[in-house]
Amino acid sequence: MTPLLLATLLVLQDTSAIDRGVRIGIIYRPGVRPGLVMLPRTGGGAGLDSVRAIIARDLDYSDRFEVITLPGGDSIRLASSTAPSRSPTSRRSASAGTSRGAPASPQSLNYPLYGALGADFALDITRSGDTTLAALHDIAAADLRRSLRATLPPPTSPDFRQAVHRLGDQVVQAALGVPGIGATRVLFVREGKVYQIDHDGADQKLVSSTDRQAMSPAWAADGRHFAYMEFQAGKGWLYLQDMATGKRIPVSTTGTALDFTPAFSPDQQTMAFSRATEEGTDLYTINVKSNCCLRRLTVGRFSDNLSPTFSPDGQRIAFVSTRPGLPQIYVMAADGTDQQLFAPFDYGVTGSSNAPEWSPDGQSVAFHRDVAGTLQVFVLDVRTRTVRQLTSVGRNEDPTWAPDSRHLAFVSDRSGYRQLWIIDLDTGRIRPLLQQSGARLPAWSPRLSEATSTTP
Amino acid sequence: MKSVSLLLMLGLSAATVASSCGKKAAPENPTPNADSATAAERARQDSIAAAQAEADRLAREEAERIARQREADSLAALSRSAEEVRNMLATMIHFDYDRSNIRPDDMGALDQKVAILQANPDLRIRVGGHCDERGSDEYNLALGNRRAQAAKQYLVSHGIDASRIETQSWGEERPMGDGHDESSWSQNRRAEFEVTSGGDNLRRPS
Repeated sequence: MTPLLLATLLVLQDTSAIDRGVRIGIIYRPGVRPGLVMLPRTGGGAGLDSVRAIIARDLDYSDRFEVITLPGGDSIRLASSTAPSRSPTSRRSASAGTSRGAPASPQSLNYPLYGALGADFALDITRSGDTTLAALHDIAAADLRRSLRATLPPPTSPDFRQAVHRLGDQVVQAALGVPGIGATRVLFVREGKVYQIDHDGADQKLVSSTDRQAMSPAWAADGRHFAYMEFQAGKGWLYLQDMATGKRIPVSTTGTALDFTPAFSPDQQTMAFSRATEEGTDLYTINVKSNCCLRRLTVGRFSDNLSPTFSPDGQRIAFVSTRPGLPQIYVMAADGTDQQLFAPFDYGVTGSSNAPEWSPDGQSVAFHRDVAGTLQVFVLDVRTRTVRQLTSVGRNEDPTWAPDSRHLAFVSDRSGYRQLWIIDLDTGRIRPLLQQSGARLPAWSPRLSEATSTTP
Repeated sequence: MKSVSLLLMLGLSAATVASSCGKKAAPENPTPNADSATAAERARQDSIAAAQAEADRLAREEAERIARQREADSLAALSRSAEEVRNMLATMIHFDYDRSNIRPDDMGALDQKVAILQANPDLRIRVGGHCDERGSDEYNLALGNRRAQAAKQYLVSHGIDASRIETQSWGEERPMGDGHDESSWSQNRRAEFEVTSGGDNLRRPS
């Protein structure tokens, strides 16, 4: 184990930064997540408690840390007299530039104490004037790893929480090299209307702009638009809606048939969708950029083809086809060629498989499958084409990936009624996203780079 | 005739009452003279004529009422028949789980619709396909479409012009029964038939 680890470190030292190697070392400890201690607050500032609480929850919900909370008080925080030997190190890091360290950072922490508590990182969030400062300390290195500054809107602003989430995501990035999923939202359908909710369950908001029955919301990759289907005069219409303004436009050529399950290509040029006609249901694409150019991808005749989802490189589309009798998961090139079975199944044994969604890292496709009369969430490994069942309690359906490709939101009736839950594939931890019945068809957003709140 | 004689008697008694009133008004004049006798006779004749006119009016109104009633009754019968045809047209058909083939026990209901569509050439309908909640939400839109198409195909194969039949799928979005058991599910796996135009004065198929 140790030689292997060292080899890994050496290889990585050849090619990239040293602290990258350290991260690999942490990940190589099986089943152990790095500990992170939230330092007790010092000083005041409007909304500081909210900022700390939101970030602490984001770190917890990232499932990448053991978040250690300390009892209140500053007694174990300040240890300037006991650790004078640390000051040269902090001074060095402080002079390393704006990205690393800040002149205002605490001179020294009691690193050995936090190390003894099991912490690999310590996070100190303070506020001075308009600026919120998140200082991430590396306990093993006894040094300040990074100091992040943010100018947050006032807590009363509708953009406040998302701004805090973005700061929290930067903390995760600073610690582990991958951003968090704090600044994300989930769209879902409830009683025929589309709602959005923050990934931590806050700020549920109606985004449907009409009273007509809606289904199947789908995010565009920029997180600023989404598409959905609306029943209208016996047809299924596809609409494209702007998140910030709430303005919506019908997709070209829609309104002539039952169009449903829209899905954006990663470059947002193309929308794939299902269209039900006299011939059955087949997959089509349309150029959303110029709102033109309808193209048919499948010719089912006696089978239905539906629920498209693009691979993140835009090259392939996974979809549902009933060509084997029951619906199963298929894949094809994005131009409709090379159609083939994707998720293996036993003919006559395996139940219907539906609702595929390709993970943002391209390695997996989540879907649900009928197991003994109820639905369960499965994940297909794209490389090996093997499937793994994720859930077994109650009915579980319509999985949707978080941008980190390790969390899935899905619908489950495990608590007695259908609501939204989130599972972490790495730890198996499951938490409810929403404590309201009737929520379904969730769609997890990409990372939302800036304010995308809808106008009230 | 009975009512006329009754009215006559009523008229007479009215005249008697009138004369007795007159008596009360002039008790100092007890002996009737010739003038008063003719007056009484004239009053009696007048009251008979009035009673006759009243009786004629009532008889006329009664006749009119009967005529109106008869007309309404026949209209009601007409609309009852149209209502019956509409109900026959709206009779739902049902499907097995995850299936879209027409069940043999629904063919009679579909044959009735064929006959109604043939008897009413202006009639146009929409078939809506529905599913139960057990299947996948989005897949059910495709399945509902299959069900609506299967019903339409049956009508078309029995001679109805395809252009007279629209189809629509609601998936599982419009359940009839809200329960979570087979009795609700079997109700919900259905195709509905609604008139889109030409639905006034539906003729019963011969």
